[in-house]
Amino acid sequence: MTTSQPASAYDMPGAKVAESTATFALLVDNEPGVLHRVVGLFAARGYNIESLTVAETDRRAHTSRITVVTRGTEQVLEQIEAQLSKVIAVRRVQDVTRDPNGVERELALIKVRGEGGDRVEALRVADIFRARVIDTTAQSFVFELTGAPSKIDSFVELMRPMGLVELSRTGVLSIERGAEGM
Amino acid sequence: MSAQDTMPSEIDEIDQTAPEIMTGAEIVVRALVDQGVDTLFGYPGGAVLPIYDALFQHDERQGANNGLKHILVRHEQGATHAAEGYARSSGKPGVVLVTSGPGATNAITGIVDALMDSIPMVVFTGQVPTHLIGTDAFQEADTVGITRACTKHNYLVKDPADLARTIHEAFHIATSGRPGPVLIDIPKDVQFAKAAYVGPEAARPLHSYAPKTKGDPAKIAEAAAMIAGAKRPIFYTGGGVINAGPRASELLREFQALVGAPVTSTLMGLGAFPAADPAWLGMLGMHGAYEANHAMHDCDVMICVGARFDDRVTGRLDAFSPGSKKIHIDIDASSINKNVHVDLGIVGDAGSVLEDLIAVWNAAGHKPDRKALGKWWAQIDAWRAVQCFRYSPSDAVIKPQYAIERLYALTKDRDTYITTEVGQHQMWAAQFYRFQEPNRWMTSGGLGTMGYGLPAAVGAQLAHPDSLVIDIAGEASIQMCMQEISTAVQFGLPIKIFILNNEWMGMVRQWQELLHGQRYSQSYSESLPDFVKLAEAYGAVGIRCDNPAELDAKILEMIDSPRPVIFDCRVEKAENCLPMIPSGKAHNEMILPTDDADLGSVIDAAGRKLV
Repeated sequence: MTTSQPASAYDMPGAKVAESTATFALLVDNEPGVLHRVVGLFAARGYNIESLTVAETDRRAHTSRITVVTRGTEQVLEQIEAQLSKVIAVRRVQDVTRDPNGVERELALIKVRGEGGDRVEALRVADIFRARVIDTTAQSFVFELTGAPSKIDSFVELMRPMGLVELSRTGVLSIERGAEGM
Repeated sequence: MSAQDTMPSEIDEIDQTAPEIMTGAEIVVRALVDQGVDTLFGYPGGAVLPIYDALFQHDERQGANNGLKHILVRHEQGATHAAEGYARSSGKPGVVLVTSGPGATNAITGIVDALMDSIPMVVFTGQVPTHLIGTDAFQEADTVGITRACTKHNYLVKDPADLARTIHEAFHIATSGRPGPVLIDIPKDVQFAKAAYVGPEAARPLHSYAPKTKGDPAKIAEAAAMIAGAKRPIFYTGGGVINAGPRASELLREFQALVGAPVTSTLMGLGAFPAADPAWLGMLGMHGAYEANHAMHDCDVMICVGARFDDRVTGRLDAFSPGSKKIHIDIDASSINKNVHVDLGIVGDAGSVLEDLIAVWNAAGHKPDRKALGKWWAQIDAWRAVQCFRYSPSDAVIKPQYAIERLYALTKDRDTYITTEVGQHQMWAAQFYRFQEPNRWMTSGGLGTMGYGLPAAVGAQLAHPDSLVIDIAGEASIQMCMQEISTAVQFGLPIKIFILNNEWMGMVRQWQELLHGQRYSQSYSESLPDFVKLAEAYGAVGIRCDNPAELDAKILEMIDSPRPVIFDCRVEKAENCLPMIPSGKAHNEMILPTDDADLGSVIDAAGRKLV
């Protein structure tokens, strides 16, 4: 006995183990309901979805690509990959995070309102991050920023004290470096 | 020339020239014939009338005994359970045909049951015409939406040109890999529309679906070495061995003979290893054998074949077999490391991997450690001496355990198939009925569906018309799909419903006794029907027995009846199903029948919260 209180019968060994984020890229049949199959699996098994993107990628091959960012222990992430692989409409599953050749990018639109020094500073920081200004008024900017999710997080944190008004993010997209396709 | 004579030659001619054009409904019937389906469980309704018309015309052309028999059930849930009973007792897929809306929703319970227990099943549902989908039309339900989470795969076929291919694909998916239910929703206009038929061979293979059946050779070699080095090995087998076909059960017996390890099994796996074999420990888990659970707890190498570490099997997870190296063979990669971390996971078909294991074992010249095994068996014998299934016999009242023992004794030399409902009677059946062969035992394991057993018996009897098929039931469960006795009468199926009638939802009552201070909330079976009169009202035979001295004679009367029988076996009302691993406890903390007096204090607050 390791503890005096009985654990739940459903306690997973290692449930206290640290969680990490993982990005899964899925090549799926482009058919009605396929997104529901994937999202429904996450909901039914209690997995988190931190971000989700989906779009048709090859009309002739009848495929779409779904990129889903999730969080869990090693064991949960292994389960997620195995469960996703079981879905008949899912053709391929790739764990982008654990793939050294995986590249992740996200696009964000960030609206900032401010005057005077804040406004100048916002523009300066945007320049450092290579964000584009896509709309300007006398009191505001809308920035467009592309990059790894962590870069967008940093930018958003810097913008917060300078009058961050609104944030819209695409969710993560991913691809593998090199000449091979998925 | 009769219709039977002309049809095949016409088909041959057309095959050679152009694809055959037929209606969607005709495609369904033709695809069933080409898939070798001989039994179809269904219930007609507005949205499947064209398919029923095609079945009628098929019968007219081919004669009533054309090899495709439609069994009219009395409720769609009955159709799905009957299909399960048919599938599990025959190894062939069960096929269901129901209408849209309530037809589909009534079928859901059996579909989930088949998903949980990995039963191959193909379900056809009618749907409102395509142009009405989404308008809340009469008897419209979002069937594919509702069943997405409870099928292995499902389809809404909107283009009649896709129909034939889809049906063949559905059969392939349902029966291969880890089997499961596949549903095809067919709008009524698609059933009327004409399209080309393609046969099973011509159906385009799926680009992504390729279940892995062959285990990794390196891992199999590693497993063989681990097993050879074991001092206290155990086989823990499950329904996957049964699903892998009869050959897998033979291979399990062969490999066990080489290894010399004891064998325990899940509820679903009973029969894969013969109960008569000295190496058989009995079922494991919550109501499993003391020796099986203790051997699981103390083993040093666990060989799990086609089982999934279900919570009813493992008990408290952090105390589950703490000292063992675990090998897990499963066709479903997601079963490995799901509940219990294993040291070696092998993805593959149970039969194929066992065959490779035997080959590797022999080629490597592995020998079991006889000396260590001797000590292990001595320990097991000490556990066996506890006699965990003993009960106090009675001359005055029929003990439920005694009823199953006598049923077994009087049917064991016959060609018998057993189904059950869910509850105490199910566990007593698993404990006291001894299965020697696979596919003889049909029970709802994963979902635990009361109402499963009677329709499953209908399905099993159809697959085995000359065999003895018995549903071991409780008086509460049996009322959940009671109406299917009418199906049995209509089709002349001499199934036997053996009700252990204790006037309680026994397992609920037992848990209320153990966990809820004997507050028996809503668990008494009030206003029970007179089962003998009920049987007679349906046109079946009713038998009642409440005297242990008369039990044998009445069981024989039941067996010898050529008609369906409802046997109302009045048993001891307060009997608890033991032994038991209480909720939240480990395998080596079982309650034995001798602990009965103290049951209420065994389970603590945390355990009470579990199911």
